[in-house]
Amino acid sequence: MDQQTLAQVSDLLVWGATTAFTFALVAWTIELSRVAEAAQKASAPRARELVAAGGAPVARDAAVAPAAPVPTGRSRAEGIARSTTLVGLVILLAGVVTRGLAAGRWPTANMYEFAVVGVLVAVAVLTVVQRRRTIAFLAVLVMGIAVLGLALALLVFHVQADAVQPALQSYWLVLHVGVAIIATGVFTVAFGTAVLQVLRDARATGRSHLTTPWRGGDGLRRWLAPLAVTGPRFAWLEQVPDARRLEALSFRLNAVAFVLWTFTLIGGAIWAEHAWGRYWGWDPKEVGTFVAWVVYAAYLHARTTRGWSGRRAAYFVYVGYAVVLANFTVVNLFVDGKHSYSGL
Amino acid sequence: MVTYRPEGLDDAFTRGDGDVVGASATAPRPGAPDPGLPALGLVGWLRWAWRQLTSMRVALLLLMLLAVAAVPGTVFPQRPQDPAAVVEYLDEHPGAGLWLDRLGFFDVYTSVWFSAIYLLLFVSLVGCILPRTRVHLAALRGRPPRTPRRLARFPARGEGASADPPQAVAERAAVVLRRGASWLPFVPSYRVDVHDEGAGTWSVSAERGYLRETGNLLFHLALVGLLVSVATGQMLHFRGQAIVVQGTGFANVQAGYDTFERGAAFDPADLEPFTLRLDEFESRFDPQTLQSRDFTAYVTVTEPGEEPQARTIKVNHPVTAGDAKVYLQGNGYAPQVTVHDGAGELAFSGAVPFLPEDEVYTSRGVIKVPDVSAGQDQVGLVGYLLPTAEEWVPGWWRSADPQPTDPMLVLSVWRGNLGLDTGVPQNVYRLDESRMEKVTDDAGEDVTLYVRPGETVDLPDGLGTFTFEELPRFVALDLRHDPALLGVLVFAVLAFLGLAASLFAPRRRLWLRLAPAGGDAAVGTVVDAAGLARGDDVGLQPELDRVVAEVLGRQATSSATGATTGTATGTATATATGTATGTPADRPDRDDEVPDPAPGPGGV
Ligand code: HEM
Repeated sequence: MDQQTLAQVSDLLVWGATTAFTFALVAWTIELSRVAEAAQKASAPRARELVAAGGAPVARDAAVAPAAPVPTGRSRAEGIARSTTLVGLVILLAGVVTRGLAAGRWPTANMYEFAVVGVLVAVAVLTVVQRRRTIAFLAVLVMGIAVLGLALALLVFHVQADAVQPALQSYWLVLHVGVAIIATGVFTVAFGTAVLQVLRDARATGRSHLTTPWRGGDGLRRWLAPLAVTGPRFAWLEQVPDARRLEALSFRLNAVAFVLWTFTLIGGAIWAEHAWGRYWGWDPKEVGTFVAWVVYAAYLHARTTRGWSGRRAAYFVYVGYAVVLANFTVVNLFVDGKHSYSGL
Repeated sequence: MVTYRPEGLDDAFTRGDGDVVGASATAPRPGAPDPGLPALGLVGWLRWAWRQLTSMRVALLLLMLLAVAAVPGTVFPQRPQDPAAVVEYLDEHPGAGLWLDRLGFFDVYTSVWFSAIYLLLFVSLVGCILPRTRVHLAALRGRPPRTPRRLARFPARGEGASADPPQAVAERAAVVLRRGASWLPFVPSYRVDVHDEGAGTWSVSAERGYLRETGNLLFHLALVGLLVSVATGQMLHFRGQAIVVQGTGFANVQAGYDTFERGAAFDPADLEPFTLRLDEFESRFDPQTLQSRDFTAYVTVTEPGEEPQARTIKVNHPVTAGDAKVYLQGNGYAPQVTVHDGAGELAFSGAVPFLPEDEVYTSRGVIKVPDVSAGQDQVGLVGYLLPTAEEWVPGWWRSADPQPTDPMLVLSVWRGNLGLDTGVPQNVYRLDESRMEKVTDDAGEDVTLYVRPGETVDLPDGLGTFTFEELPRFVALDLRHDPALLGVLVFAVLAFLGLAASLFAPRRRLWLRLAPAGGDAAVGTVVDAAGLARGDDVGLQPELDRVVAEVLGRQATSSATGATTGTATGTATATATGTATGTPADRPDRDDEVPDPAPGPGGV
């Protein structure tokens, strides 16, 4: 097969993976709503009991019964979701490998490849995290980001598979960019976990701004009220691990990703020293990486500071992840700098 | 509630925080607007300020400030990176631009406020790391804490029975615990003490993971080292750019550079006077996309007192000459031209670098002809070099390829005074048009010259003749000297290793109590074991299970039932106590509190 055909095969495979992930996303969403329904049925009588006993229903509920009786065994939706995820993962891997073969180099040289490989890593991490415990919400979130990422990659970032310019001809393309992608993938799952942690915590504490009247715009509030995290729509939250475990999981993922990010930062500086003649020059991409690094360092400190641990620390994860994403999209597309390798 | 406070972790930096019950409850908090407090002297306030500065909360604040303060540097053009863009911005926004400039927004990273934030951060860091280091050094010589009386409350639990007497089991446990990991057999994993508790009961206490705190301290101290190295480099460095045309040379003296910049402590007289000559330059482009694929500069370097040496410079592969690294940063064409003036005298001869502006090397340049015979106007020729000229619309030329397959110069002609003698430094790539006029033909049209290599054309208005001799290449070289580079690298790597250790090295304590089984037989031992870790540690229970299994001489598989029981009870107990008493109000510093119970089977 010549290079061009190979490149086309690669594109087709990536489209295939996108399709598989879309199916998986739908299946995970169905699974999520199924869990939610089951949880609602399970929690409704229990809540009534507790109210009768004079307790605050939701708070007690979360504190004493973190593992409410769940329908055990895997549902059909979950089976489909898991297998389509896996199939998509394998196809995507094949797509990445063929891309590398077509270009004759490691496939991490432009935005398209970065996005595709980043999605690959995020879904792989998701699969590992889900190995022992199914967290449908996390899957929905990560698969949503994955499908969006792949669609963006194919429709907006796509460039021809090709060799690269002299500045990129270095083994650091593998180390620096490769590790950056893995870090981004892990940050993605960690972000999902942090979102889940805060939702879970909010439900456990049982307070929602959407249930108490607002001084202004109460119509809007009533319209949004069904979305209240304490409402029945979020009953499935009682099936996920409690907030402290999610926090622990999010921390573990963030810690791994942070170390990888540190490597990315140092590796980038070493490469810049070779390629551009200085290890640090406050190039927009360097600034973005630095800011994300500092925000995640702040997250680690917040975790160990009293009054900032738990839910507040999770907000740092949101900020950090937003910076990581902006560093990839905004800086590549809209800011001039030395990192203009998107090929767009 | 059990609190785990490894020495050196608890107070060293929570002390000033006003957070931790023990330390700060006794220390007065000068900041609190408590009317009952005695007036503080200057020393008191200073001490208070120092405590605040070295507190975790202020460190957090400074970190976030640093992140925010770094952002404007990507929003506004920065002088060190792109001075022209700053000028342009100031032109477009005269009012706001002036203020932004005063406030340092065009040079964020050396501005007073940015510097203040990171310097404060580092002061805070040193202030909180030094005492911690002292405490940790003491802890490194300490012994594991004695076995607590009750083991039932700990998050990881194990139990079992042995036919051997307690002392023998205790000694075996000590051996098992001291043995290093299978891949690091000679580094003991636990520090172990064996205690005789009397009445035939023995116990073993073990602790591991000093590396965690060591790593943390190493990381923070390495950051300080990094900052100092970078600053040293700033003082001692120089950097310059030189454009070298094929066949000509460059001498490493300050005057040889087109731009030169140095740290305050570098003396230009210390430049090593090597010379470098560009022999040949090769470039390769993708034939379809015309993107660059390879640049190679073949140079001859002559160090003082040594034989000339042939070297090659590529992107990503600088060479070292003198004490500088030489980087290939750019390349282009430098048309070799000759101009004779109206009197027939040689007015100019030389290679003039034209700067490429796009992928196909459409290159812009200016040829200034000052040395004309007396009484004649000076001449300026402005325009483009097209490496592969192509007439795409009649009268309009463009370049079709970056390689010089059919080069052509397209120039307009100016006459007048070049302004070279005004004393104002001139940009060699710009023509100062203020005292010059464009030459037009009889019809009033601008005159444009189209010249290919080897051709000679007449300049209009009898200004002389212009010859395009040939088309050598030039390279733009960056030369850089920074003696602190190794220091920067070493401290960065140390910081990385320290970080990994501080995040991944588990810090654990294990205890085993070995009591004689059933009085009269006097042989046999009941084993009771517990474990505690700092932070969330999923590996704690498995490790305890492994240790108990090995101590009892069981295979890991045959111990499965025992271990599982242990897990189940342990989890249950810890969950109950943890949730019942662990209200947020009485929680100590997060990482020092009882960690989450290790999740049972099927846990996260
Ligand atoms: C340049 C500024 C700083 C940076 C980039 C930084 C970065 C980090 C990072 C990445 C960690 C994670 C390692 C871990 O969690 O064990 C950490 C931990 C830590 N930092 Fe910093 N830090 C800075 C300043 C400070 C300051 C000023 C303090 C003291 C007020 C401090 C105290 C700590 C402590 C106590 C830990 C350990 C937390 C733990 O035990 O888990 N750091 N730091």
